[in-house]
Amino acid sequence: MSARKPYIRPMDGWWRRNPFFMRYMVREASAVFLAIYAVILLVGVFRLSQGEAAYGAWLAALTGPLAIVFHWAALLAVCYHAYTWWKVMPKTMPMLHVGGRRIPEVALSAVGWAATLGLSVVVYALARWW
Amino acid sequence: MAESTRTIEIEVLRYRPEQDTEPYYQTFSVPFADDWSVLQGLQYIKDDLDSSLSFRWSCRMAICGSCGYMIDGVPKLGCRTFLRNYYPNKVRVGPLENFPIERDLVVGIDDFIGKLEGIKPYIIPKEPRTPEQGEYLQTPAQRDQYEQFSSCINCLLCYAACPQYGLNPGFTGPAALALAHRYNADSRDQGWEARSEVVNAQDGVWRCMLVGYCSEVCPKGVDPAHAINQNKVNSTLDYFGVLKFLLPKGAAK
Repeated sequence: MSARKPYIRPMDGWWRRNPFFMRYMVREASAVFLAIYAVILLVGVFRLSQGEAAYGAWLAALTGPLAIVFHWAALLAVCYHAYTWWKVMPKTMPMLHVGGRRIPEVALSAVGWAATLGLSVVVYALARWW
Repeated sequence: MAESTRTIEIEVLRYRPEQDTEPYYQTFSVPFADDWSVLQGLQYIKDDLDSSLSFRWSCRMAICGSCGYMIDGVPKLGCRTFLRNYYPNKVRVGPLENFPIERDLVVGIDDFIGKLEGIKPYIIPKEPRTPEQGEYLQTPAQRDQYEQFSSCINCLLCYAACPQYGLNPGFTGPAALALAHRYNADSRDQGWEARSEVVNAQDGVWRCMLVGYCSEVCPKGVDPAHAINQNKVNSTLDYFGVLKFLLPKGAAK
């Protein structure tokens, strides 16, 4: 008779066991802010289609203290999301070689970070001064 | 033992299936020298303190892949982790996470062995070359496409690092999928279609959520997360039937 009696450990609270898993959960959770923000923008487009008064009301609603707090939180979450998104992006690509040497992952991420930063500055400048 | 001047507390997770209903920590005081690994600490316990302690080990130089344990909650090889880095604190040693505990630090790996076989970890040529045709030729650039993924020693630290495998034991998992890619990426191999059923499945590459900890703990720099996630693209191309046009080397069953 086999004396085997394998013990299977529970997975409860797995993401609290390691700081790496916590950062993973924050990374995934930051997408929720992105989704909510996208919905707010969609509502804005919808209100715009209803006319100037409706759009003005939507704009006014965004000036409330709760809306301001949410936007700051969303901005932080989106920054972290963009950072982690480009950080893992090279894992989804085939290896790239230039001149017989492999392009390091951090170089590929850096291109993404630079593009995100550059485009954000352009969008901000257009919104602010144009 | 002449040179040992310090004593460290090692807490080992014990589980003896014939008498314990669940695992518990047992603490041992181990005198150690500066160059002692965690594995040497365990060997000291077995030789001098408690011969009933069970653990796997073999080569002592990070190539056999036998001595993977959770060391202070992190999957590491016992032979390349040093006690001096934990002293004066105590160090906790447990069996690899996400695997059933057979006894003490020994885990059951039957599931992994089955998955390893499932991805056909060998070169599958379209038509085997005859001796008259000579050897297979490969350029250094072609070798670079898979060499890193061929460094796997099946130590299973990546499975212990993968919460997806713990939550969904059906997941083919990091090492097996990395090895599938190692052969798919080899210019001498045309077996991607034979492996595609496992790789493209829900429990294949798609179960991976890119936590990425597998690549972090790998002692050989295999980067399983990279192998898996670039194959999500290949799996998608295969689904739409375009992969076979993009792979110039053809396919063999």
